[in-house]
Amino acid sequence: MKVRYLPVMRGQDDRRRGRPAAHELARYEALFAARTRGMKSSAMREMMALTERPDVISLAGGLPDTSTFAPELYAKLMARVAAESTARALQYGPTEGMAATVSCIVEVMASEDTLVDPSDVIVTTGGQQVIDLVCKALIDPGDVIVAEAPTYPGAVPTFSAYQADVEQIEMDADGMPIDALESTLDRLQAQGRRPKFIYTIPNFHNPAGVTMSLARRHRLVEVARERELLILEDNPYGLLRYEGEALPTLYSLDAAAAGRGGASDLVIYLGTFSKILSPGVRLGWAVAPRPVLEKLNLGKQGADLCSSPVTQMFVAAYFQERDANGQATWLQYVERLRDLYRTRRDAMLEALKEHLGGRASWTQPQGGLFVWATLEGGTDTTDLLARCEGVAFVPGRAAYVDGRSGSSSMRLNFAGVPDTDIREGIRRIGRTMGGDTGLLGTLTGRPIAAASATAAPAESDPASQTDERAPLADVVALPRRESQQPARRQRDL
Amino acid sequence: MTAKKVAVLKGGGSLERTVSLRSGARAQAALHRLGHEVIPIDVGPELLAQLHETRPDAAFVAMHGRDGEDGTVQGLLETIGVPYTGSGPAACMRCTDKALAKYLMCEAGIPTPDFTSFKETAVKELGVAAALGDIEHLLGFPMVVKPASQGSALGVKFARSSEELPGAIVGALSYDRKVVIERYVPGRDLAVSVLDSIDESPPAPSAVALPVVEAIPREEDFYNYESRYEIGMTTFVCPAELPEETTARAQQLALEVYRLLGCHGVARVDLMLDERSDELFVLETNVVPGLTETSLLPLAADAAGIDFDELIERILASAFTR
Repeated sequence: MKVRYLPVMRGQDDRRRGRPAAHELARYEALFAARTRGMKSSAMREMMALTERPDVISLAGGLPDTSTFAPELYAKLMARVAAESTARALQYGPTEGMAATVSCIVEVMASEDTLVDPSDVIVTTGGQQVIDLVCKALIDPGDVIVAEAPTYPGAVPTFSAYQADVEQIEMDADGMPIDALESTLDRLQAQGRRPKFIYTIPNFHNPAGVTMSLARRHRLVEVARERELLILEDNPYGLLRYEGEALPTLYSLDAAAAGRGGASDLVIYLGTFSKILSPGVRLGWAVAPRPVLEKLNLGKQGADLCSSPVTQMFVAAYFQERDANGQATWLQYVERLRDLYRTRRDAMLEALKEHLGGRASWTQPQGGLFVWATLEGGTDTTDLLARCEGVAFVPGRAAYVDGRSGSSSMRLNFAGVPDTDIREGIRRIGRTMGGDTGLLGTLTGRPIAAASATAAPAESDPASQTDERAPLADVVALPRRESQQPARRQRDL
Repeated sequence: MTAKKVAVLKGGGSLERTVSLRSGARAQAALHRLGHEVIPIDVGPELLAQLHETRPDAAFVAMHGRDGEDGTVQGLLETIGVPYTGSGPAACMRCTDKALAKYLMCEAGIPTPDFTSFKETAVKELGVAAALGDIEHLLGFPMVVKPASQGSALGVKFARSSEELPGAIVGALSYDRKVVIERYVPGRDLAVSVLDSIDESPPAPSAVALPVVEAIPREEDFYNYESRYEIGMTTFVCPAELPEETTARAQQLALEVYRLLGCHGVARVDLMLDERSDELFVLETNVVPGLTETSLLPLAADAAGIDFDELIERILASAFTR
């Protein structure tokens, strides 16, 4: 096949190499698909890029701690793949994934009490590809997706690229309130619109850190069945639970409700090896109803033909590893991660109480990687990030499709850095906030006591936070007007 | 121009780092095509050591924002005796400090939107809160609140009411120790780039104004001020479709500002055309305009028949005409 490289880009008067911009730009502009208009590079992301420096403690990434994986084991497994399966590892693989990798997936899901038929699984290039393929299969421009508010920041550009109309439902400590979901669905129905799917992260939400309660899981599945709606269940962190009882996946609940031998017919399940093994292997998966699965498979053929056989075989080899007592190595590693991350989560929650107590509220994740903190008094976290020295976090706006809501919130990752860095990072955020709140207090004519760094740490239970929120909000809005009123009148005369 | 050894200074630690890296990469490619020897430098703690070691004939400043645009790097280059492109330290300071630039424009009778400006210390120590009513009275709502020295959209706030003003001020102060609060001028966003002509007789090359660029937001969202500056949210038209006399007036104003602030080599002057009065107002001047595929300076140069390589050659020449 002969490939012609973008002949249309060349200007007719292209006398010099690299003849540039303007009119060629206009040509590119005319070539771009309408969907690229939704793809924007935001100033906030530029700023995030700036925080990727060694002197900055990053609580921003979605990173697990890969430094805990034993180098010898990595070397041994890769050597085994090389020695035993060179030709297969270096070859293309089947689009749906290699059988050996699919059985690892079945094993992971079984450990979350979710039984799946291997033929309902497709191996993908990270969980992220599932979001893309599901949109590719289901979304026409203007179609509705219902998501949580906040939602996974990495899903936002995907939804935008497919020109979806995203309805976000504000969560509480128990995840997405299903009555709010139902009102949204009713409202949409009144407009003659039907969402293509409901996107949810039921366990240890990214970025919100909350977990959907059992009652809501049941109700969500009921609602989906009543209204014949698809659910995209994004579950990267389910196995990273640090306390409390594991809750059933939506997939397993729907499968039970469907009663047709174990397969769900409304839930598309998204899983990944990124958080229980390594994001570097770029392997995730979807389990989906057969007709959807076929479309995902066709979409994947167009996207990348297959996920890397090299890393698929690495994963397969890893899952065969057993210790002297016959214990699965992968499960032991997950157990070690749980211990490590639990300690780090506790360090973060303590540091938040110490340094942000009374000035912010935050979620209490039972697992996963993230805490979602919301500042009192409407401080914009993008501005706070600019002012904070030596610490980075994700401003809440990244988790909202409109790019504006969530401006007082931030996502904090506790899994990627050691305890000492977590404490220092939170201390730096608290110190910077103190400066901001002090300024605001001065400008609004009433000093805000909580801004003082010496303020007693407040309990961070939801009740006491609600109590404190009201007076702080008033401070922002009210007092200065009184003191300015006379001055203005004088001028008006 | 004979072949030169040119250090391209790009990146750095400013909020506009990413854009600067792209500007720098394009400048490097052009300089290479023009036959110069290129030393790319992503500016960091080694900058001065690198310059001492490589001893370039000139430094091509492609850094936007802090350090590159505020006169810091220019002052250092003067000190170590390396010729550099664009404006000198004093002009950089006059342009980058939006408050200073606006005060100078007021004194010179160049129209700029009504404004006030103060430093964070005024909030902390001078009780500026008691003047917020005066500011309201002077400027009216909505107001645009910006950090005095930021080039990007970050920190630019829109205050629609007394309730929003304090938060907007604190937000803008996150990016700079000084804030500019400006009357909002609704209308058309225009930009006029000014370029020194290649004139081998220093010290006074004559400057020309390039065709006017208009930035038209794709979605008119009055309150989403920030998105107006985001890539992909705006369409650029050059030359802008304007009455001849408006074009001439915009170019004239740009040249006046360029001279007033003491710019050298190249600059981009941003203006607003008031939709109610058809008056032009100068907002700010950028001494290191972007050179990316979507930047306004290359667009304007192209419309004037100056291709990218020639533009870069002319900017490079400014290092030797000071």
